[in-house]
Amino acid sequence: MAVYSTSEFRSGLKVMLDNDPCAIIENEFVKPGKGQAFNRVKIRNLKSGRVIERTFKSGETLEGADVVDMEMQYLYNDGDYRHFMMQDTFEQYQADAKIVGDAALWLRDQDMCTVTLWNDSPLAVTPANFVELEIVETDPGVRGDTSGGGGKPAKLATGAVVRVPLFVAQGEIIKVDTRTGEYISRVKE
Amino acid sequence: MQNSTPWQPSCSIELLQLRARMLQRIRVFFAERNVLEVETPLLSHASSTDAQLHFFTTFYETSANRQPLFLQTSPEFAMKRLLAAGSGSIFQICKAFRNGEAGRFHNPEFTMLEWYRINFDLTELMTEVESLFDFLFDGQLAPPLRLSYQTVFEQFTGLNALIFSFEDYSTFAKKANLIDAIKICGDNHVLWLDFLFSFCVQPYLGEKGLCLIQDYPACQSSLARLNANNPLITERVEVFLHGIELGNGYHELTDFFEQNRRFDAEIEIRCRENLPAAIKDENLLAALKNGLPNCAGIALGLDRILMILAKMQKISDVLSFDIERA
Repeated sequence: MAVYSTSEFRSGLKVMLDNDPCAIIENEFVKPGKGQAFNRVKIRNLKSGRVIERTFKSGETLEGADVVDMEMQYLYNDGDYRHFMMQDTFEQYQADAKIVGDAALWLRDQDMCTVTLWNDSPLAVTPANFVELEIVETDPGVRGDTSGGGGKPAKLATGAVVRVPLFVAQGEIIKVDTRTGEYISRVKE
Repeated sequence: MQNSTPWQPSCSIELLQLRARMLQRIRVFFAERNVLEVETPLLSHASSTDAQLHFFTTFYETSANRQPLFLQTSPEFAMKRLLAAGSGSIFQICKAFRNGEAGRFHNPEFTMLEWYRINFDLTELMTEVESLFDFLFDGQLAPPLRLSYQTVFEQFTGLNALIFSFEDYSTFAKKANLIDAIKICGDNHVLWLDFLFSFCVQPYLGEKGLCLIQDYPACQSSLARLNANNPLITERVEVFLHGIELGNGYHELTDFFEQNRRFDAEIEIRCRENLPAAIKDENLLAALKNGLPNCAGIALGLDRILMILAKMQKISDVLSFDIERA
């Protein structure tokens, strides 16, 4: 794997830090006119998702991490693992609940999603930014109420619970932003 | 090639006008004080010896040979040769070049204002710096502060800047969530000072008005004289505003032997750290030997001053073309 110096730390670069794969978020060059240069770097640990700040002496290097994002189809959940497939090669990958994390709340069988692979093993799963899911449980809709205020909880087919406007009824399909967990609109069949 | 070639300037047209106005006012300021504007070469046969400054190397082709020339990291050496030749007080607005320095506050090619005042001591020089800022900022800055390095260092870290204690320094680093400092700095006092000052002190200096930091520890003396009464500190001043370092001044070292010794020490450090070999400026040494008048001098980064004047967040916002577009 390639080795990257502090001056090459750009947002999005994947590197190994303390044996974990990480993504650079921000890199600030700090140098007194007469003195040592440093780089203050904001990094996301791709395993834990945590963001940390680290300081490097300018010119220090980190090894690149073999991390790639792949579009895959979510197949099924066997109880212990969820299974994903590359559509062109039919190659399959499995990931446990810890790796799938909150993405499980939005994944329906056959949906496309992004699986992040580290050394060819799943590291994280990211659902599409917008998903369309059926409401399986919510209080009866209030006819004629199209106001945005208030709202009520609605349980979706995948198990996620989102707040929806009062006029939305059970059995309807809605569009949700998975990054915020917010209701966007109803989807006409 | 990207979708569009970035031919446009990095800054707005208003910023070009603001820069022109700033330059005009600086020239008025020094003309009123009878300080002579000079020009010296950007290219030099000698390079900076400072291990922390990475110079650009270029090649001068003549029919007979191919000779390396270096782009200046500051006009200091050439200006001191003018002083030794009897120029009297001088100022210069020029480009300086520092390889590898790019970021929010750095561009590898930047504009510097450097001036020298004959028979000024550091206190008189600081007064002139304060007057210049008062003039450039139309009196809108809060009154300036003059503080010693030791005082501010202790204020923000609780540590003694002059006496190194690995235990105290690393305890503080852990507390401040800067554990990387321990690995990076080890038992190197100079590195510790650079690290802690950069991250724990500097960001808070000069929040409303100019902040002048003086009495730098001797290990950070560079080309300044040591204080005659206290050899632990040096006659160096740094200028800060809005947490940004704007300049560095000295009561200049005029001692040929001491200068030569510091050059050799720096060259040795470069050698030890496998940095490109530096060529010491024999012309400067010869000028010092001949006699540099007693003087104080300072260099200010004009792009950063313009950033503050224009309330911009990064240096590229005030440059016609930053390094990416150069």
